[in-house]
Amino acid sequence: MPVAADLLTLTPAGLYCPRGGFHIDPVRPVDRALITHGHSDHARSGHGAVLATPETLAIMSVRYGEDFAGATEAAGLGRPSRIGDIRVTFHPAGHVLGSAQIALEAGGCRIVVSGDYKRQLDPTCSPFETVACDVFVTEATFGLPVFRHPDARGEAAKLIGSLALFPDRPHLVGAYALGKAQRMIALLREAGYDDTIFLHGALERLCQFYESRGIELGPLDPVRGLKPKDLAGRIVLCPPGSMADLWSRRLGDPVTAFASGWMRVRARARQRGVELPLIVSDHADWDDLTATIEETGAGEVWVTHGAEEALVHWCRLRGLDARPLNLLGYGDEGDNLDESVKISEDH
Amino acid sequence: MNRFAQLLDRLAYEPRRNAKIALMADYFRHVPDPERGYALAALTGSLGFAEAKPGLVRALIAERTDPVLFGLSYDFVGDLSETVALMWPAPEIRPNAVPSLAEVVETLAETAKRDLPAILARWLDALDEAGRWACLKLITGGLRVGVSARLAKTAVAQLGAIEPDEVEHVWHGLAVPYLDLFAWVEGRGPRPESDDPAPFRPPMLAHAVEDGDFDRLDPAAFVAEWKWDGIRVQAAAGLSLETRRHRRRLYSRTGEDIGAAFPDLLEALDFDATIDGELLVLVDGRVQSFNVLQQRLNRKTVTARMLTEQPAHIRAYDLLVEAGEDLRALPFAARRERLERFIARTAHPRLDLSPLIPFASWEALAEARADPAAAGAGPDAEAVEGVMLKRHDSPYLPGRPKGLWYKWKRDPRVVDAVLMYAQRGHGKRSSFYSDFTFGVWRGSGADAELVPVGKAYFGFTDQELTELDRFVRRHTINRFGPVREVQHDAAVGLVLEVAFEGLGRSTRHKSGVAMRFPRISRIRWDKPPAEADRIEVLEAMLRSAAPADAAPADED
Ligand SMILES: [Zn+2]
Ligand SMILES: [Zn+2]
Repeated sequence: MPVAADLLTLTPAGLYCPRGGFHIDPVRPVDRALITHGHSDHARSGHGAVLATPETLAIMSVRYGEDFAGATEAAGLGRPSRIGDIRVTFHPAGHVLGSAQIALEAGGCRIVVSGDYKRQLDPTCSPFETVACDVFVTEATFGLPVFRHPDARGEAAKLIGSLALFPDRPHLVGAYALGKAQRMIALLREAGYDDTIFLHGALERLCQFYESRGIELGPLDPVRGLKPKDLAGRIVLCPPGSMADLWSRRLGDPVTAFASGWMRVRARARQRGVELPLIVSDHADWDDLTATIEETGAGEVWVTHGAEEALVHWCRLRGLDARPLNLLGYGDEGDNLDESVKISEDH
Repeated sequence: MNRFAQLLDRLAYEPRRNAKIALMADYFRHVPDPERGYALAALTGSLGFAEAKPGLVRALIAERTDPVLFGLSYDFVGDLSETVALMWPAPEIRPNAVPSLAEVVETLAETAKRDLPAILARWLDALDEAGRWACLKLITGGLRVGVSARLAKTAVAQLGAIEPDEVEHVWHGLAVPYLDLFAWVEGRGPRPESDDPAPFRPPMLAHAVEDGDFDRLDPAAFVAEWKWDGIRVQAAAGLSLETRRHRRRLYSRTGEDIGAAFPDLLEALDFDATIDGELLVLVDGRVQSFNVLQQRLNRKTVTARMLTEQPAHIRAYDLLVEAGEDLRALPFAARRERLERFIARTAHPRLDLSPLIPFASWEALAEARADPAAAGAGPDAEAVEGVMLKRHDSPYLPGRPKGLWYKWKRDPRVVDAVLMYAQRGHGKRSSFYSDFTFGVWRGSGADAELVPVGKAYFGFTDQELTELDRFVRRHTINRFGPVREVQHDAAVGLVLEVAFEGLGRSTRHKSGVAMRFPRISRIRWDKPPAEADRIEVLEAMLRSAAPADAAPADED
């Protein structure tokens, strides 16, 4: 399909639309960028102009400061705009607050770039919307059939059950600063947990931001200055990188939990010394990746980042034209586990 | 099954002993009979059914998944049961009843081998991921969640105000699913009768000798014995009043029944008594290395050849029960007298007495410990790990009572090695780099390089751990997952004085040697890495070591 190649190709900076002259989630500064969501590996600072949802723009300014780009423009969900002769529409991706898929249309061909997405229910963001297309550009963070995320509510119940079992120990929960932390809090509130939840300093501003957007997170307090005995039987949230860092020593002997899709695999959990793995992910699991591909009706599938090989194999078994893009520069949720200190803001 | 699966799941991640007990006690408190009884049986290794082979599990998954996807998944996960548990496709119609643990155990006990695949597939269809994992672990015979039989019984005891030893006393008279046991600990029923003539009695353990102990201890109050490099066992035998059968059991220190691996020893237990002693392999009257003994452990069946080439032996040091009489309240001296007469009377070639070491002062004992061959251990000196000290008047008390028994290990060998890699610890230590790989120099001039010779994760104080951890974080040059490579060249690096008990040849280590029980005895902040020891030092130790010393490093 020559039209598709006109619409979207690959450059060292990432996905690029030659006819529109813009990149999507570029990994280095470019003139014009369309951004799917606020995770720092997708949303970088220093672009000339940025088009993204209002929430994503706000998250970028929380993280990088007001002047994160030369110019910004807000894209409303479901409302098409034009860049040259390309029709561009943002659709909800269900990944984190403000996350979007980006649909590009021209000459009767529609390509949808998924960004990161999930199909599970999440009270902190708008649900994923399937968009029919010719080419579906999908992520594959959890693109192996061993990844089937359980109901996240059951994982929250696990954590609450552990508080009753070990009432003398703080429960330290590693959760990514954007999205996962707020979703964990919302899940706990949904399960009826009303106590104050304590936050590592790196989570405070984004929690405040979520609340300013009408997402109620209940009583939250900074953990600063508190002693292990003040935190006995309490929940403390921190970025994954801090779980095994000097910072965590102030909690004494906590039960360490980690909320991540990677916790599905025991060796991964043990590698981090996690005692209470919570399988809560903001990415589509295997069943949802494959179901979504089918629902889009796409005849061609490009797999951006994650476990491309298995998903490409699955597409080909179904007679779909599929290829791995092997995009570099996207730090998958805790994939490089020891490096998570540096990429703790990602995904 | 789901509740049991959750328990196993949690236990598998939990490093703390007390937390494991709490998890199990919570389970036993909330799960009804007979389900919890089967769980207790699974945790104590008391389930008797023919285990399914991994081949059967592979065949089932092969029928249901694409081979490429299975291969990629198995590569990623690294464990067959877990891969299958996670990949097992959701059935068109999920069976409406999740099997209980009781159903699984009872069905397995009466299922013919050819029917097993269909039954197992039905269970896997009905269970969720955690349930499938637990089910597969259970039927392939490897729970491996770090729980000993003793620990599970301790958790049961917590249901009532009962000592774990009390559970131990009645244990062998009980049958799965232990209805009368739970009724008793919960105060709903009488203490179960124990007709077991050969129950496990929790052993008495010793404290390590510490600095200053000898200043306050009176040598005249103690006897000394060699500390043998074997396995502590309890041999119990007696006649059941009910069945009129003579029962013989060989227990490990934690109460696991290890008799199946030692039929030659069971044959020797032709008496009515309970002995505490060391399990050793003796060839022509000489104690063999721990390595040889190791080959006979952890085996379900033994070959005839092993029985003749590696005959097992018990070197007895205490007598707990004789002809139904519990001797444990007697002083050690009295028990020892009874033991000496008992061994003489039994006169079995597989059974002998652990000799006492005569000594008049702590200095004299230190001398004996430094040279066991000259002090009476003779040709078995290489199998001596140190000496044991026992008060004449000590009763036999379960656990590790203070002030009665001491172990005083031989001075270990030491080398100065250079820290090369560090890995994060587990549990309480998970925020510290606490597992240290170290190496010694090989080659010279421009070709000089450090080769790893071992890994140590204890021997330092909490304060030293903090300093080591800081050093690792400040000198990291590379990261591989949880492992950090630490700068180690002639000029910059950290020298560790490493003490170890033995040395063996190793094909796994680049250096060709492997240490047994290495630990960090001192941190040599003062020493430049270039002055650390060379591989030749270890090779010389290896050459001078007797075979009994040449055990591999990884056995414990
Ligand atoms: Zn991503
Ligand atoms: Zn993301």
